[in-house]
Amino acid sequence: MAPTELERPVKDVREALMVARNTNGQLVRRPLSPHVQIYRWPISMALSILHRVTGVALGVGTLLLTWWLVAAASSDAAFATAQAFIGSALGLLLLFGWSFALFFHLYSGVRHLVWDAGIGFESPAYNITGWAVVIATGVSTILVWLIGLAVW
Amino acid sequence: MAGVPHIDMLRSPLARARGLGSAKAGSTHWRMQRTTGLALLPLSFWFIFSAIHLAGASRQAVVDWLSAPLPMVLMLALIVATFHHLQMGLQVVIEDYVHQEAAKIVSLLLARGLSWLLALVCIVSVLKIGL
Repeated sequence: MAPTELERPVKDVREALMVARNTNGQLVRRPLSPHVQIYRWPISMALSILHRVTGVALGVGTLLLTWWLVAAASSDAAFATAQAFIGSALGLLLLFGWSFALFFHLYSGVRHLVWDAGIGFESPAYNITGWAVVIATGVSTILVWLIGLAVW
Repeated sequence: MAGVPHIDMLRSPLARARGLGSAKAGSTHWRMQRTTGLALLPLSFWFIFSAIHLAGASRQAVVDWLSAPLPMVLMLALIVATFHHLQMGLQVVIEDYVHQEAAKIVSLLLARGLSWLLALVCIVSVLKIGL
C-alpha cells in the first residue's frame, strides 16, 4: 500500500509537530487554532496593524516632502510645479491621508511608549487608550484641516 | 515505531543559536526606534504647525523661513530622525513578512539605501536653501 500523505517523511521539522496519532492509532493532522480571519477583530488588533500600515504609508509620504524640499532648493518653476501638485485634488487627498497617518502613528506611538514603560496592559486600559488614539486622531486631523483651509 | 514522524533534537540550544548574531547590540535597534520616535513627537507637531503656516506660500517665503537658524536646525533634526526611524521600522516590517531569503536581503538593502539617499537629498536641499 502506498504511503498516505501523512506517512511520507517530513521535510520540515515544524511539520512533525503538526502530525500525531489519534486514539485509534491513525496518523492525523493536529487541529489548528482559528485563523486570523475567524476572529471578530478587537480594537487592539486593528490598531496594531494600522500602526504598521500608517508607518509604511508615511515612508512613502517622505517622497512628497523630498520633492517639496528639492523644488524649493532648485528654482521658482520647480517650486511652482510642486505647489500646484500639492494644491490639486490628488495632492490634497494625499496630504489628507498623510496628515491622518501622521496623527494616528504619532498617538499610537505614544501608546506604544507607555506600554514600553510597563503601563496600560490591563483589560479595560488598553481598550480605553485604543479608542483615545482613534478619537485624538480624528479630532486632530479635522482640526488641522479646518485651520489649514482657513489660513490657505 | 518506524514511520512515526519525529524531530531530531540532538542539536544543543547553543548550536542552534550559533551564527544568529551577537547579543551585544541586541537592544540598540529597539532603543533607537523609541528614541527617534520620542524625538519625532515635538518635531512632528512643529512641522504640522509650520506646514499650515506655509500653506500656499511663495518660494521666497519658504526660503526665508528655512534660512533662519531655528527652523533650519529643526528641519534637519526632523529629517535625520524621520529617515532613521523609517529605516528601522521598514526593516522590522520586512523581516516579519518577507521570508524568502534573497528577497528579504534585497528589500532590506533597498529600504536602507533609499532611506539614506532620500535623507541626504533632503539635507542637501535644506542646506542649499538655508546657507
